[in-house]
Amino acid sequence: MTTAAAAAASGWMPPPCTVPGARAGGVIDGGAPEGPLSAAWQRRRLDYRLVNPANRRRLKVIVVGTGLAGAGAAAALGELGYEVECFTYHDSPRRAHSVAAQGGINAAGDNTVDNDSLERFVRDTVKGGDFRGREADAFRLGEESQRVIDHLNAIGAPFAREYGGTLATRSFGGVQVSRTYYARGQTGQQLQVAGSQALLRQVDAGTVTLRTRHEMLDLVMDDGRVAGVVMRNLVSGKITAHTAHAVVLSTGGYGNIYYFSTLAKNSNASAAWRAVQRGALIASPSFIQFHPTALPVGSKWQSKTILMSESLRNDGRIWVPAKAGDERAAGSIPEEERDYYLERKYPAFGNLTPRDVASRNAVAQIRSGHGVGSLQNGVYLDFRDAIARLGKATISERYGNLFDMYKHATGEDPYAVPMRIAPGAHFTMGGLWSDYDQMTSLPGLFVGGECGWGYHGANRLGANSLLSACVDGWFTLPYSVPNYLAPLLGTAPLAPDSAPVQEALTRTRARVDSLLTIGGTHGPSHFHRILGDLLYEGCGVTRTEPSLTATIAAVRQLREQFWSDLRIVGSAERLNQELERAGRVADYLELAELMCVDALDREESCGAHFRDEHQVDGEAARDDEHWAFASAWQVDDGHFVRHHERLTFESVRLQTRNYT
Amino acid sequence: MRLVIEVWRQDTPQGPGRYETHTVDDATPEMSILELLDRLNDQLVENGLEPVAFESDCREGICGACGVTVDGNPHGPQRNTPSCHQRLAGYADGQRIRLEPLRSAAFPVIRDLVVDRSAMDRIIAAGGHVAIDAGTAPDANSLLVPHESAERALDMAACIGCGACVAACPNGAAHLFVGSKLTHLSLLPTGRQERGKRARAMLSEMEQDFGPCSLYGECARVCPAHIPLTAIAAVNKEGLRSFFRQKDD
Repeated sequence: MTTAAAAAASGWMPPPCTVPGARAGGVIDGGAPEGPLSAAWQRRRLDYRLVNPANRRRLKVIVVGTGLAGAGAAAALGELGYEVECFTYHDSPRRAHSVAAQGGINAAGDNTVDNDSLERFVRDTVKGGDFRGREADAFRLGEESQRVIDHLNAIGAPFAREYGGTLATRSFGGVQVSRTYYARGQTGQQLQVAGSQALLRQVDAGTVTLRTRHEMLDLVMDDGRVAGVVMRNLVSGKITAHTAHAVVLSTGGYGNIYYFSTLAKNSNASAAWRAVQRGALIASPSFIQFHPTALPVGSKWQSKTILMSESLRNDGRIWVPAKAGDERAAGSIPEEERDYYLERKYPAFGNLTPRDVASRNAVAQIRSGHGVGSLQNGVYLDFRDAIARLGKATISERYGNLFDMYKHATGEDPYAVPMRIAPGAHFTMGGLWSDYDQMTSLPGLFVGGECGWGYHGANRLGANSLLSACVDGWFTLPYSVPNYLAPLLGTAPLAPDSAPVQEALTRTRARVDSLLTIGGTHGPSHFHRILGDLLYEGCGVTRTEPSLTATIAAVRQLREQFWSDLRIVGSAERLNQELERAGRVADYLELAELMCVDALDREESCGAHFRDEHQVDGEAARDDEHWAFASAWQVDDGHFVRHHERLTFESVRLQTRNYT
Repeated sequence: MRLVIEVWRQDTPQGPGRYETHTVDDATPEMSILELLDRLNDQLVENGLEPVAFESDCREGICGACGVTVDGNPHGPQRNTPSCHQRLAGYADGQRIRLEPLRSAAFPVIRDLVVDRSAMDRIIAAGGHVAIDAGTAPDANSLLVPHESAERALDMAACIGCGACVAACPNGAAHLFVGSKLTHLSLLPTGRQERGKRARAMLSEMEQDFGPCSLYGECARVCPAHIPLTAIAAVNKEGLRSFFRQKDD
């Protein structure tokens, strides 16, 4: 990282940061290899230092999280012979939220004649991300993708096969080639189970020590380097420090900050946010994908939004009543009084517009009074015409399990009445900033999977998330972490009684105590629900300067209420799920402010970040002249400093997305 | 609607446990069993009482974290449905509902409705994997797999590891869990290389914590992943096969 003066010297300056309490910082370098990007990863690998196999067991790596990225990194580093200590807050590594991905995993290649290639994959990924990701990372993602399929297949993921015995693929997520490998609608589960089995194989072999039901509460810092983690044993409540030569965070995304999201209930931002508090930069925190086909919130006590597969949009038609406030049942609204707004506005793509476009349009319809359902918070997804055209049997064959799931959740029969859908918070493209080697701005701290950033820019393509987690875990970190470890050979991890370890333990215990001793009246979920409502309203599918400014003020106020009115029943000396939740909500209340600051700072619309002030004919107006950079935020004693990484593109020309 | 909840409370693994009775006045038919617990916990917390500890995560039926016993049924009254998808539509106003942990000698209670299912992972660690390191895998298309084998492997690999099969079994057997994994991996070309070795390792570990199978079939009736009862036959078949062959594959 260099200074603002150096940024000025580089000949290009980003716009000043005018958000109160925030300021512009310096330029940062992603460190991608020089020269053509298509072979950049090969060149970088050649530059990496190696560790002799006999010496690897003398070097220790801590991996936090056991999803596709964490299980992959821990297993692969264990296979290489390093000493690995791996943590998960789950009771079993298999439960990480990678398990819930439905659609599939992309791999770039030319093994059919549909004209796919590495370059085309990169182009799709970069364009899909609306030119706000790092192109060099997208190349690595594509380059390692076939090895991911081969490896996951070999370790037990039963991918769908054609009758000839070869792998089946399908087209997914708005691309025109067939590069998505799948295992029915449970691809994530199959990859996750295969990955956790490979991890347990290393546990059996003795290279990996797995500690379940442990949650990371802090990092151990040694003179600017990350030297370990502080963990809370969720069963005994015991807080312990664990040191190593390097730490990998693979702790997932933070969509749950919205309370209602498609994520698992325990997914959270705390490990990543703690890294930010220790000085790590976080990139584009406001880039959050809203999935257009989630179920609308139907009741006050609902715990989350359920995700329905996007594939439903292949045959379902999305519409709302043309007249605002129309309360008639769907079946009583005649054809000419229905507005098939996606088909009307985007005749070429119709109901298959990308996720952000579909979500944004749904919110616009709901906000203008066209929402349907008793709470008027959804839009219709109607299969009437598809059933008439194809027959109920065909629709049942294609979507039977989804229709059952819908009926189960709502009590309504989608064969008879249209489904109701609404956008739900889903995937966070933003996350801990890392360089090309997946190392954060804190030396010794690496990142993998959704808790990082880079590949997906401002909008993630379908079936690229499983891929990015697998590439990080199995085929990037096992190369780049040893490069960092090599010069550390001969050094020992910090001793338990060393000052940095004791300092981290003291800090962590003080924080747990401060949560427990507030003695207020409401549990953490109370505050979490309010925060979710604030963010959906002010920093959701669309954002405006007034909405963001108001949300920042409201979040600060809510944070004060939290710290004066929180009540945690029970003690810290044993399993206490309220304490776990409280710690996570406390972090959300800080991250939420930064998300709004980031969204307010970025005076353009790109991908999932849609500022009402920046649109042309209702479409996102990207501003490449001023904003072709990733914002990497430093949190400095409550102040936010926006550093920037310039984004340039060599294989794809900067161009406006157009789906009309 | 108003539901009277009898819920198991146990502070420590050593016990003792007891039932506590609470009422939730504003339950709705579309609520899940877990959302009923959420609601009960909201009430308890607002009244300064300790909430009921229970596990759940994805609430979409795929992670396998949830699992409570509802009126004596692992996961709940609806067959082949995880707790997170068990809705209250079948309950009437004023009805009693009894919630307790998954009950099995292999699953010690940690607290309230939370149990320790790590014995299942010990079986996987012993042999439920394929010995191929990162980067050494052959081209997936060079290993042809008949369509039908891939589909059958997926039927078996669908297991979500929730442990309801064990809790439903009067013997506390894990045959459905183990049999599905043995079948899944033996159907795939890479998994076949250590088929015999795997069966010996997994069965030997299984016998440490779990009971024998007497073909009650209760496991398949509760399994949220619809693992068929034929999976349990694989345990004996693979066990005998490896015993007589005494080979790794």
